[in-house]
Amino acid sequence: MEAGRGGVNDLVIRFANVNGTGSASANNMFAKAVFRMGIPVSPKNIFPSNIQGLPTWYEVRISEKGYLGRREGIDIMVAVNPQSLPRDIEVLEPGGYLVYDNSKDLPPELRRTDVHLIGVPMIKMCIEHFPEARLQQLMKNVVYVGVMSALMDIEVDVLKQLIREQFGEKEKLIALNDKALMLGRNYALEHYPCPISFRLERRDLIGDKIMIDGNTATAIGAVYGGATVAAWYPITPSTSVMDAFAAYCDEYRKEEKSDKKKFAIVQAEDELASIGVVIGAAWNGARAFTATSGPGISLMSEFIGLAYFAEIPAVLVNVQRGGPSTGMPTRTQQADLLSSAYASHGDTKHVLLFPSTPAECFEMMAEALDLADRLQTPVFVMTDLDLGMNDHMSAPLTWEDQRKYDRGKVLSTQELEEIQDWGRYVDVDGDGIPYRTLPGSHPSKGAYFTRGTSKDEYAKYTEFGEAYVRNVDRLLVKWKTASTLVPGPIKLHQKNQSDIGMMYFGTTGHAAREAMDLLRSEHLLIDGMRIRSFPFTREVEAFIQEHEFVFVVEQNRDAQLRTMLIQELDISSKKLISVLNYNGLPITADFISRQIREHWPVAVSQ
Amino acid sequence: MTYLRPTFRHPELPTNILGFTRKDYEGAISTLCAGCGHDSISGAIVQACWEMSIEPHKVAKLSGIGCSSKTPTYFLSNAHGFNTVHGRMPSVATGANMANRSLTYLGVSGDGDSASIGMGQFVHAIRRNLNVVYILMNNGCYGLTKGQDSATADVGSKSKSGSENKFATIDLASLAIELGATFVARSFSGDKEQLVPLIKAALAHGGFAFLDVVSPCVTFNNNFGSTKSYSYVREHNHAASNIDFVPPAETISVNYPENTARELELHGGNKIVLHKLPTEWDPLDRISALNRLHQARRTGEIVTGLLFIEPESQDLHATLDTVQEPLNQLQEKDLCPGSKKLEQINKSYR
Repeated sequence: MEAGRGGVNDLVIRFANVNGTGSASANNMFAKAVFRMGIPVSPKNIFPSNIQGLPTWYEVRISEKGYLGRREGIDIMVAVNPQSLPRDIEVLEPGGYLVYDNSKDLPPELRRTDVHLIGVPMIKMCIEHFPEARLQQLMKNVVYVGVMSALMDIEVDVLKQLIREQFGEKEKLIALNDKALMLGRNYALEHYPCPISFRLERRDLIGDKIMIDGNTATAIGAVYGGATVAAWYPITPSTSVMDAFAAYCDEYRKEEKSDKKKFAIVQAEDELASIGVVIGAAWNGARAFTATSGPGISLMSEFIGLAYFAEIPAVLVNVQRGGPSTGMPTRTQQADLLSSAYASHGDTKHVLLFPSTPAECFEMMAEALDLADRLQTPVFVMTDLDLGMNDHMSAPLTWEDQRKYDRGKVLSTQELEEIQDWGRYVDVDGDGIPYRTLPGSHPSKGAYFTRGTSKDEYAKYTEFGEAYVRNVDRLLVKWKTASTLVPGPIKLHQKNQSDIGMMYFGTTGHAAREAMDLLRSEHLLIDGMRIRSFPFTREVEAFIQEHEFVFVVEQNRDAQLRTMLIQELDISSKKLISVLNYNGLPITADFISRQIREHWPVAVSQ
Repeated sequence: MTYLRPTFRHPELPTNILGFTRKDYEGAISTLCAGCGHDSISGAIVQACWEMSIEPHKVAKLSGIGCSSKTPTYFLSNAHGFNTVHGRMPSVATGANMANRSLTYLGVSGDGDSASIGMGQFVHAIRRNLNVVYILMNNGCYGLTKGQDSATADVGSKSKSGSENKFATIDLASLAIELGATFVARSFSGDKEQLVPLIKAALAHGGFAFLDVVSPCVTFNNNFGSTKSYSYVREHNHAASNIDFVPPAETISVNYPENTARELELHGGNKIVLHKLPTEWDPLDRISALNRLHQARRTGEIVTGLLFIEPESQDLHATLDTVQEPLNQLQEKDLCPGSKKLEQINKSYR
């Protein structure tokens, strides 16, 4: 047995469950209790593409230092799935704790001597105390939460309060859950020395933070940002964006006098139709969006090209998952950068935003609706499964009540009345963004035929090469304008302290910051920059110029961000060193720091 | 081609109740082949909109890709148009309609556009009973890519080169009735007298109004042996009923022989009168309409007229229970719940 492993408020615990057995709510309760004790916590679901019967894991990192990225190494395994038990025991760190159901004896070959074995007769107790099979199975989950509350010193009142909040008026259910909780807790207290070496102590490190998943925050951003038409086709991991949008709209978007809806959600027949609905609505002046994942973007590509070329606003939320093809539909990746940035045939480029936290999902979703209207082009909000479907500790969502939607250059009836000469694709202001009109706004002015074919400045069909070139070159002027409007990168330190830099985006942010701390403790100094958008702003280019080498950390195989940096900023490929994680699990600080250490001598010797 | 229409107007051209002449409903000069059936349909649309006194700019014209889908340029030049992508007009029309329910939506498609690449979208727009007039200009071939058979070509129909279509035909009118469409008509581009009142009735219908208009392709499918040629359609056209459209302000002036006419009230107080109705089927009965179409297929007739109608139906806005005010006109105060509500939301996640 490895001695001395343990610690206060610093551990990784993994729950190994069978999906469809009601473990999710018990696991959430565990994580929420840590959060309520004022300790930074980061839970992650690792789940199969299945509804019932397959292994699923819930991994919770608890970190007093506030590191919210995934960490390698499991300190405590709550193993209640016989199917995955051998592997679950194997991955436990030496000196760690195995909490398991000993209603049946652990097979001898699985008994590790270098870990603590904590057997609790969970199902036996449930059969004794609860009448029916389904209830016994459900309560088993609450029993292990009770066990953990004793072993780890989780405040039992916090757990009881969470049960009350979950079941509200249903007193009977509250009583059942309380009973299961105390069964587990008391068993552990009676049979094992509590607490174990990994334990919790109340802190005040949460402040005003909230714990919310990125998809819900994105949906709230769509409500606040004024989206009125949403169209979608179900696809993991994006589906909960629309579920949450519908739920919040039902609550906040009903007309008082009539109770009628100030929004329309169309569940379309496929992704082609979803984006068609969005483009039709936006063409007609409504703020519209869709939520999908990589395969959906592939299907939408033809329409995305139309929206780019005909200059119609559209917002697409791409909750990325593991590709290609059906890939790993329930695992996370950042592997759709290229397919989103350059979606569709012909010369196209699209605006991408990369949120890193739920608060940014909220802000960037609302901002995407503004940018799409301002730039009259598709805008992608690029989240991923990790951000979208897991709860994250996040700054609260904030909104300035004076804030006005930027509807962009749309001519009103009055403006049309006064205007002498108008052409849909005339660059009046020199920013590449023309003025648009909406159907029905004026009896004799402003009507035109929107089309995906080449046209002149007055929207007249033409195959005249010079007119085509003028048009697509203007789109490049607009692209430049976009680079002045999109959210800029965030530098970790105001002043550079090293010749080596590191760039990352989205959910890599947490692990990247932790990795830099790890490396600093070994006197390897790195400057960090989190990229938040495409097109890249000037600061991105400057950062690369200021450093001799820049590590580019991504969660895909082909170094897609690096490709885009080289392509768009004309940077020497030798300057950018890739750190790539693409096994479908969220990237860790250990992984990043290991890769950087390996490449460090190369970087400095060059 | 850069033909311009003369802007000269005869001072005594008749006007509709809005004061517009028929010319105010026209569009650019057609670039389709001389004699194309589609141009006659464009003319019928102009006539119908003018007679209905619809403000031209309150119409949104949408189309897919193909010869048919070019036509929105040739009518209602003061209406916004959207030439979308191949087979995807229904979804764009759906979005547009969701954004602003106060306009009239006119979708134009072809048989390649709707019966092949866009079949999925066609079918689902019907399912949702989108409030749109959906005109299918049906010539049985792909004109713009030089005459390949389309999925609406009849088995055995001969192309210009003499080859026979060997694949089963898709009858979109039957399919639409089967799927629950609330207005289904078939007509012929060469029969303006029938077509104009049908378009008017479709415009007045408060749901998905499908018009399958056989429209010969003079260049690639007007030959002997083609079942979509002018001569074949004229010979086999069988008007199932005649239709008179009666706007709300007018009363029915014609006396129809007893038991041969049926008066139906449409959306917005408009009426239609179906007359010369045969006794063996009823256009308000879905099953009898389907039976009639199946029979016609057996005998080689092309049944035209209003095939099926369900005058009272619930369109997509009604199903989704949206507000009367167009969604695209809602402002921050209508849409944004504000910071206080957001603080409550934050609280629920602590």
